[in-house]
Amino acid sequence: MGATKVDGNDKGKVRIFTLSTCIWCKKTKEFLAQNNVAYEYVDMDKLDSEEKDAALAELKKWNEKCSMPTVVVNDSVCIVGFKEQEIREALSL
Amino acid sequence: MSGAGVEGDRERRVEAKYEKLKKEAAAGGYFLNPDEPFAKDLAESLLVNEERYGYAACPCRLSGGRRELDLDIICPCDYRDADVEEHGACYCALYVSGEVARGEREVEPVPERRPDALIEAVAKGELPVAAPQPAERAPSQGAAFGGSSAIPVWRCKVCGYLCARDNPPGVCPICKVTKDRFERFY
Ligand code: SF4
Repeated sequence: MGATKVDGNDKGKVRIFTLSTCIWCKKTKEFLAQNNVAYEYVDMDKLDSEEKDAALAELKKWNEKCSMPTVVVNDSVCIVGFKEQEIREALSL
Repeated sequence: MSGAGVEGDRERRVEAKYEKLKKEAAAGGYFLNPDEPFAKDLAESLLVNEERYGYAACPCRLSGGRRELDLDIICPCDYRDADVEEHGACYCALYVSGEVARGEREVEPVPERRPDALIEAVAKGELPVAAPQPAERAPSQGAAFGGSSAIPVWRCKVCGYLCARDNPPGVCPICKVTKDRFERFY
């Protein structure tokens, strides 16, 4: 699904839905990198239309508005927007 | 051209875009985010989207890839003024309130104000069945403004600027958006 893996410490399954042009998404990626968290991201604006449909269907399950960034941890916790404190709590950072 | 040359050129274009945004914001009574590197990153994203789509689609929203699907989210978007008013910043936080610009208030994540129908439209790649446009409403208040004059009034959907003339202006004199961002007010 066009996801890019970023290496780091295993804090569970961390996935983020992002846009390559969005600065809040960029801050979210930087925050995870600084904390050395392994994660994968999908830049929605870089997908072809088939991949985008699949990714949007997946994102919609978590976040009705399909807004970016959306952080999904262990297929159970969803954080919409760059909310540092909530991400810390979800990842026990 | 060398790689460094391309980079330098890009930097100059980002700088020029940022300066233009800042100047236009000041002229219209708006403020850019005082965090300059942050605002410049967004200026660069706007350039990327201009190149990619042919118009400055909002950097923090998923573009439909077509102007008619994105009309309300071409920067400055239809939601900027309301979000700056309520949250102190637009959705991307490129534009902020006076309070934020002066450092009296912090920027917090802004919830998405764009209506679901338009977000759906982007996902589907087709426009929603059009809601009745204000132009199709009965021109009831018209008479109150001087009787029988048939001159239409146009409203800028971004900043609310009103003008009475046969057609909307090519560019909004207040917030500088293009003609297609106007709706007929009555
Ligand atoms: S005004 Fe702000 S939220 Fe609206 S398109 Fe421009 S950068 Fe995005």
